[in-house]
Amino acid sequence: MDISLFFRYNVKKCMQQMRDKRKGMYAMEVILQNLTKKFPSRDRKKRGEVVAVNDFNFVIPDGKLIGLLGPSGCGKSTTLNLISGLIKPTGGRILFGKDDVTDLPPEHRGIGLVFQNYALYPHLTVRQNITFPLENLKGKDRLSKSQMLQKAMEAARLVQIEELMDRKPGELSGGQQQRVAIARALVKRPKVLLLDEPLSNLDARLRLQTREEIRRIQRETGITTIFVTHDQEEAMSISDMIVVMKDGVAQQIGKPQEVYDSPANLFVARFLGTPPVNVFDGCVRNGKLYIGGDEVLETPGVSDTGERKVFAGVRPEGFLLQEDGPLRCGLKGVEVMGREISVVSGNSASLNPTVRAIISAENAERIFASEESAEGKAICVRFALVPRKVFLFDVETEKRISFAGKK
Amino acid sequence: MRKKRDSSNLKAWLYLAPALLFLGVFMIYPLVDVFIYSFEEGYNSASQTYFGTGVYNYSYVLHDPYFLQAVKNTFLLVMITVPLSTVIALLISVGLHSITPFRNFLQTVYFLPYVTNTLAVGLVFMILFKKTEYSDGFVNVLIRWFGGESVDFISGPYWAKMFVLCFYTIWVVMPFKILILTSALASVSQEYYNAARVDGTSKFRIFRRITLPMISPMIFYLVITGFIGAFKAYSDAVALFGTDLNAAEMNTIVGYVYDMLYGDSGGYPSYASAAAIILFAIVLTITCINLLVSRKKAHV
Repeated sequence: MDISLFFRYNVKKCMQQMRDKRKGMYAMEVILQNLTKKFPSRDRKKRGEVVAVNDFNFVIPDGKLIGLLGPSGCGKSTTLNLISGLIKPTGGRILFGKDDVTDLPPEHRGIGLVFQNYALYPHLTVRQNITFPLENLKGKDRLSKSQMLQKAMEAARLVQIEELMDRKPGELSGGQQQRVAIARALVKRPKVLLLDEPLSNLDARLRLQTREEIRRIQRETGITTIFVTHDQEEAMSISDMIVVMKDGVAQQIGKPQEVYDSPANLFVARFLGTPPVNVFDGCVRNGKLYIGGDEVLETPGVSDTGERKVFAGVRPEGFLLQEDGPLRCGLKGVEVMGREISVVSGNSASLNPTVRAIISAENAERIFASEESAEGKAICVRFALVPRKVFLFDVETEKRISFAGKK
Repeated sequence: MRKKRDSSNLKAWLYLAPALLFLGVFMIYPLVDVFIYSFEEGYNSASQTYFGTGVYNYSYVLHDPYFLQAVKNTFLLVMITVPLSTVIALLISVGLHSITPFRNFLQTVYFLPYVTNTLAVGLVFMILFKKTEYSDGFVNVLIRWFGGESVDFISGPYWAKMFVLCFYTIWVVMPFKILILTSALASVSQEYYNAARVDGTSKFRIFRRITLPMISPMIFYLVITGFIGAFKAYSDAVALFGTDLNAAEMNTIVGYVYDMLYGDSGGYPSYASAAAIILFAIVLTITCINLLVSRKKAHV
């Protein structure tokens, strides 16, 4: 046989095997219905409860990577623990596919859980840590020693830690421990993989690497994966979908880019993006947006009776440096970031202490020139706004008000 | 450079001097002295004289039936109370750790024996176990109520006295062990238990595979100090059976040493020294074995 043909045949067979394997690790839709968790108040004298998760409805699609995102104390970890079964909900149902698992203990849900601090057993080797979940299987699921080792090896290969099997967790770096924890969670072929702040204990460089790693593992196994994070960049970069939470309420659910481009309310707009969105006190009059007296943008379709006060959010990349731009700000400084520059300025209507605009570095010359010529005197920069990057929010409800040309 | 190091060395020794002085005077000198006495036949502490040197003291002590009785008692006491008290303390600690209501109250209750005077506790045990013309003691009342034969625990058969001594010792050493073990249990992170729960680990397996290995350093610490403490037992026996322990067949090695020095038959520092050195050798051997085992078995 021709050697290249033989090779091609082998590759084909390999691919087929991989596909079969993926089918074996079948994934699951996770459905949360009116999920609610209330904790009794810590203060005994004060009656009342802390609502950690409030009426959460979400269908997590099969085989996707979902990021639960929010500031600390927003109920994202509680949501994860509810799905894992470590805590029982006060109300609502959790379904995996067609099975109602609300009342099932964690071990019968078919989940893999990776803890924030990994929770690797320090007295066991990596191999023993990974086989630990398998040793609990009883009855017809019971595995022989060699089967266990084989499965452990498979999981280890998936996260690329085969050469560390005889070490103890204390002898591993943070990133390696993280992989071991993922291998341990995957070894039982869970239907759902849950990760609690998976990257928070890693340094910046490892974080980048590990989040790609998590993405790869999720793609390779096709397991529905839910992870919790407070880092919006982390969540946006690898998730198929993100859920932004605040005070136990899911604020917005959607694809990362969609949520970024059209936030449902002021909180979501502020939470996503670095540098954060610039928020101004503004008002809409006759279909036009005014910020601090400047008429900055046409906003057709906003219902206003005479004059309507709004919060106007402008993404840093939504500013265009223009000599006759409508928005006037006092220049405070310029920060060079290499690829682009960040123009820091002040505006009396701004709710943020400074207005930050990200400008492509090619346009930097003018700014630098004007900064130098000013010689310490206050100078004015003028911006035009990109309508797509401007969001209006109701002052009362903080919900977004759409205007024409935007959804 | 060298000079500087010398002077800093000098300083170090200067700072160490008070501690070394006290250790030398009150620990090392007496130890060496006891070792020397044990080889001096018929040493008299008043006249500071002796007949000769040799191993006669050891030979005498090892052939003394009272000493052999004391060794037997001590070994029985050690072998029964150390494992039993550790296991029971472990069970109580696990129980205390897993309940929430009344935990503080119960912890206090279990700690009470630790702060109670040995002799006072001895008195309580007398009331529980002693049989007099007027009363049978509380335990005997119980035994009879269940249809058993009453037993004189304080001056009756050997096994009954040994039982009381062991019971007493276990009860006295328990609080400290419970204190250490509950804090050891509390230091095991809840995440490990959660991880085990997600994997469907049974309660027993969690205990055996996770809890026990994690607190094993503390358990070994308790076993080693427990052995040493039990070998040095003396006051417990006195509290229960009075000072004439030889007559009660309840003497311990330390008791024997004391009797040889100050007891009614006392005034033999040479024999006392020989017995003390033998005890030292026994404790040293057992502790070495313990350390070797713990280094192999305990994690971390």
